[in-house]
Amino acid sequence: MSDIILEMRNITKEFPGVKALDNVNFQVKRGEIHCLVGENGAGKSTLMKVLSGVYPFGTYEGDIILNGEVQQFKSIADSEAKEIAIIYQELALIPELSIYENIFFGHELASGVRINWNETIVNAAVMLKRVVLDVDPSTKVKHLGVGNQQLVEIAKALSKNVKLLILDEPTAALNEDDSQRLLQLIRELKADGVSCIMISHKLREITAIADTITVLRDGSTICSLVAEQDDISEANIIKNMVGREMDNVYPARGDHELGDIAFELRDWTVEDPTRDGKEILHHVNINVRKGEIVGLQGLMGAGRTELALSVFGNTPGYRITSGEILMDGKPVSFRNSAAAIEAGLAYATEDRKGNGLILIQDIKFNNTIANLKELVEGLSINKNEEVTVANYYKDSINIKAPSVDQKVGNLSGGNQQKVQLAKWMFVKPNVLILDEPTRGIDVGAKFEIYTLMNRLVEEGMSIIMISSELPEVLGMSDRLYVMSEGTITGELSAEEATEEKVMALAISA
Amino acid sequence: MEETKGEVAVPQKQGIGAELGNLLRSNIRDYMMYIALIVIMAFFTIMTNGGFIQARNISNLINQAGYVAILAMGMTLVLIVVHIDLSVGYVAGFCGAVCAILMTKFGMSEWLAIPIVLLLGALIGLYQGTLVMRVGVPAFVTTLAGMFMFRGLLNLTLQETGTIVIPNEGFNAISNGFIPDFSLGLNLHMLTMIIGVALVGLMIASQIRDRQNNLKYGFQVMSQPLFIAKLVIFAAVILLVFYVLAAYQGLPWTAVIVGVVLFIFNFILNETKFGRYIYGIGGNAQATELSGVDVKKVTQIIFVIMSTMAALAGVLYTSRLQSATPTAGLGFELDAIASSYIGGVAVTGGVGRVTNTIIGALVITSLTNGMNLMGIDISYQYIVKGIIFIGAVALDIRTRNK
Repeated sequence: MSDIILEMRNITKEFPGVKALDNVNFQVKRGEIHCLVGENGAGKSTLMKVLSGVYPFGTYEGDIILNGEVQQFKSIADSEAKEIAIIYQELALIPELSIYENIFFGHELASGVRINWNETIVNAAVMLKRVVLDVDPSTKVKHLGVGNQQLVEIAKALSKNVKLLILDEPTAALNEDDSQRLLQLIRELKADGVSCIMISHKLREITAIADTITVLRDGSTICSLVAEQDDISEANIIKNMVGREMDNVYPARGDHELGDIAFELRDWTVEDPTRDGKEILHHVNINVRKGEIVGLQGLMGAGRTELALSVFGNTPGYRITSGEILMDGKPVSFRNSAAAIEAGLAYATEDRKGNGLILIQDIKFNNTIANLKELVEGLSINKNEEVTVANYYKDSINIKAPSVDQKVGNLSGGNQQKVQLAKWMFVKPNVLILDEPTRGIDVGAKFEIYTLMNRLVEEGMSIIMISSELPEVLGMSDRLYVMSEGTITGELSAEEATEEKVMALAISA
Repeated sequence: MEETKGEVAVPQKQGIGAELGNLLRSNIRDYMMYIALIVIMAFFTIMTNGGFIQARNISNLINQAGYVAILAMGMTLVLIVVHIDLSVGYVAGFCGAVCAILMTKFGMSEWLAIPIVLLLGALIGLYQGTLVMRVGVPAFVTTLAGMFMFRGLLNLTLQETGTIVIPNEGFNAISNGFIPDFSLGLNLHMLTMIIGVALVGLMIASQIRDRQNNLKYGFQVMSQPLFIAKLVIFAAVILLVFYVLAAYQGLPWTAVIVGVVLFIFNFILNETKFGRYIYGIGGNAQATELSGVDVKKVTQIIFVIMSTMAALAGVLYTSRLQSATPTAGLGFELDAIASSYIGGVAVTGGVGRVTNTIIGALVITSLTNGMNLMGIDISYQYIVKGIIFIGAVALDIRTRNK
């Protein structure tokens, strides 16, 4: 057998309107730990989904070659049959079942139709020993911490006799001790001949453990660095992750004076009661001036959306343990999102389809839902006025649709985003929080949205732009904050911010 | 990330034929329902040698449909926001029994007893809505428990007396009587005809006003010949129904009550902020919440409205039987839910109209009434209703996915 266990050759994967992977080449040597790094949206997860059969054969171009043979995985079951296992960031365990039931879930030890539970328990104990987890196998998974759950996932993979293990950000949710234990385990598995692909943002861990590091950027392979011969310093990896030509895709903003601080958050600390009171935001201090665009950069999971939601009426019901909100210097508190809107705050969500728009309703419905009081005469809504308003915004910000009676679900991503902006423009807030305003939309529409943002701040609005896209944050912000794991790790002016500096802060905590 | 699919017709210059085609295509779901109702009515008319369509039976049908329609309209709101209320049958039965006790045992007039019972319904709705929205018990479970409780309460209320026969003529007229008349010596109920003509007048006036308003704002409107044709058809249908009723004993009180409730519900859903919020919550509750709507409060109010309607339905049913019985309410929730879904409420929520729910209630009641006239065994009646119900929903899902 050759010493290459896996080769992915010229993989191209397209989604409608977006090329997620563009001719990616990727090689894993037998028995190595191979780290895959890149910004959000670089294509790491997509590549691993192609490999594991989540995106079945035929939906991508290129070849997957495992042990010298071309594979055509149609499902996860196919890739598992070839001894590949993938462990996702969101664990796929069933909390109400015991450890041993989870380990053999889907490949139960059975004679005939009947599961042999004794055999299962004995085997599960062996697997737990291999992952150095000293817990009774009959413990329910929900009673384990996240770190131990991760180990159970790995035990599950090992029980399938896996030869190639894929870990998607395995240490993202772990504390320092658990992370070290996990990394040690990965090294031991390597000694047993298990090859491992690990996606991670934690460069310190990567440089400590990796044999090879492949960097993806914008759906393409940038480089593969071999630990023994190449420069695998954090600085070099960051340079490769972000090193893109800054092209002039950002419209110039007209000169305008920044005013006083319009919105300020002081010492904002938030716990999530659904996750055992885990602290998700730690003493956050940010502010934005009248007429200013402030960027809030951070990788996925840094707590940006949680920050916005906790401020905007706290609809998820987080526990706010300290801090205050000031609008125009006056302390305020919002019982619900209606109160936040009333005070002049608006929030365009990251997940347009999930919690931003009502897809089965038309453009005018979505455009006016947050400010119907403006259209009400007596008891009833003036529907003609409503159409007039919707038409005004449709023309003003160029929403491409045959009419305002068009269902929002039938619009492209860019136009959906414009509807979301129109909705908040009609409310006329003083402070607008935009969460990933250009995610999943094409370049032309992006430019239009940037132009619109400029127009809004020139008119005196304040914008907080949450984004994980570095170029966008750098191109649009007057000032920016970087966030990592619930903490503001830095504040940079537009002049001093560079991609390297921001990325270093984003992965620092 | 889908590209724009819809090239919804913005009719520029087109013939009447094309415009009519567009109109039919975009409202196909509604028309199918009207056609289904007509087919069902025609079928029973033939099978009963014309007995079904006689004025006497039509009056009967309206009185039978009354409580189902009232429940179904409330249920439509609940289903649009993707909840359910299984307790409505026994809430109706219980409230009807309480109403009977208040009138017979406590000697109250119906004018006092009915408002008290409606208030009782509202309180029941407040209790269930609070459990669902503030405590977080799913509506299915809350109202299933309600089914048990209100069935028990109904039995308890009538335990001493057994079935109560109600002597109040005024009360019994609600679901058996007709509006008064001044006779002109013609064989026609004049007030009914006057109301019919007045309704046609109002309908035409409001349609013309809307159209002119639209024109003032420069919006696309239906072409004039088609608009006139629409008015003529609507007017003809209304006048025909009122003529049939007037030729018999006139407009039943039940029809008046259903008509008023329908008008109010239709106004709420189509014209008010509250109505918008209902559709918003059904379409995407999270997005609606983040648009500054108090989703919990709105949903709670919907449960209050639902149980109040259940109480009203209980009054209608008790009046219809002229007595309160321990079996009242059995299976009402099935008819109410089926009427709403047949009337085009989407099983995924966010879509539905009370005007169509009324058609759904007429379909369900016509089936009951027609099959009773034909002497079909009750067991088969349930099976037939079930088949039509599931057929309508399956068809709805298929046409919606396209």
